[in-house]
Amino acid sequence: MDSSQSVYHALKKSGIDLIVSLPCVNLGKVMEMVECDSEIIHVPVTREEEGFGICAGAFMGGKRTGILMQNSGLGNSVNALASLFELYKIPVLMIMSHRGTEGEFMSAQIPMGTATPKVLDALGIQYFNPKTPEEALKIIPKAWQIAETRGTPIGILLDIKFW
Amino acid sequence: MKRIDAIQKISSQLENELVVCNIGFPSRELHHVKDSNNHFYMLGSMGLASSIGLGLAMSTNKKVVVIDGDGSVLMNMGSMVTVYNQSPDNLIWVVLDNECYGSTGSQCTYASSFNLGDVAEAIGFKSTYSFDLDTGEMDFKEVLNSEGPVFVHFKVEPGNADVPVIPMEPLEIRDRFMESVKK
Repeated sequence: MDSSQSVYHALKKSGIDLIVSLPCVNLGKVMEMVECDSEIIHVPVTREEEGFGICAGAFMGGKRTGILMQNSGLGNSVNALASLFELYKIPVLMIMSHRGTEGEFMSAQIPMGTATPKVLDALGIQYFNPKTPEEALKIIPKAWQIAETRGTPIGILLDIKFW
Repeated sequence: MKRIDAIQKISSQLENELVVCNIGFPSRELHHVKDSNNHFYMLGSMGLASSIGLGLAMSTNKKVVVIDGDGSVLMNMGSMVTVYNQSPDNLIWVVLDNECYGSTGSQCTYASSFNLGDVAEAIGFKSTYSFDLDTGEMDFKEVLNSEGPVFVHFKVEPGNADVPVIPMEPLEIRDRFMESVKK
């Protein structure tokens, strides 16, 4: 199975109907599929934190929301995740292209890549790390169920080798 | 005009609109002059009032009024182009501009050196309004009836009213508001 298709089908299986996004080279195809899907509202944003704000508002309007982002954007979203999502118990599915992992060709991606799991841990955000498209298809809808039941953000880290 | 008077003037003309109100004294002042099930009071995430309002406006047919501040807009100016491009016709974005970070002790923002309303017009917002602290009179009904997204630039005096902290838990604020959105 194609890695991008598995992520897209997992989003559909989860019932996600509003997605905000910032591009990463690895997420390009998923973004195209989401953009073409008339059942999903797709909102490209200027910064990840802004995207989280949109997701919070959409959740209160009855949507199931997700964000497509590179892990670097986690850094500028920390306060929103704590003082908006944790505070008001708001679920959101965070699909993160995890740069700086095995196979990274750009040294600049390493610091934030290494920090990413620790930042999620510090925020108390549970995350999964599917290694294959088959795993992603299985894990992402389950992760979304946890997010919805607990009212919390949940992370999906997709390493470079996943693609 | 003081900010609390502007909030009073706006809220007195609202009926069934949903309101997303900025963190700090703006929310406290709104809660003090008029509490309603239609109000979402922000307790954190400075800068995101317009983003929360946009996500909400794109998920409901009801009108959404965002009460924002100049310091918060400056923290998330990208939101102006996202709102413009998504163009929800049910969103009214009010910026109460006192040229300072009021809730933290009235330290100056850069809003005194340029006009936020001009920025909105330059981006392309079709409906923009400008209210001034001296004129006093405003017809917010006209604003509510304009085709959105509407950008309202409202100059007010610095300073906070002596009003208490909102005596509600975050989940209470959320659940009450979400019930109201569904109705």
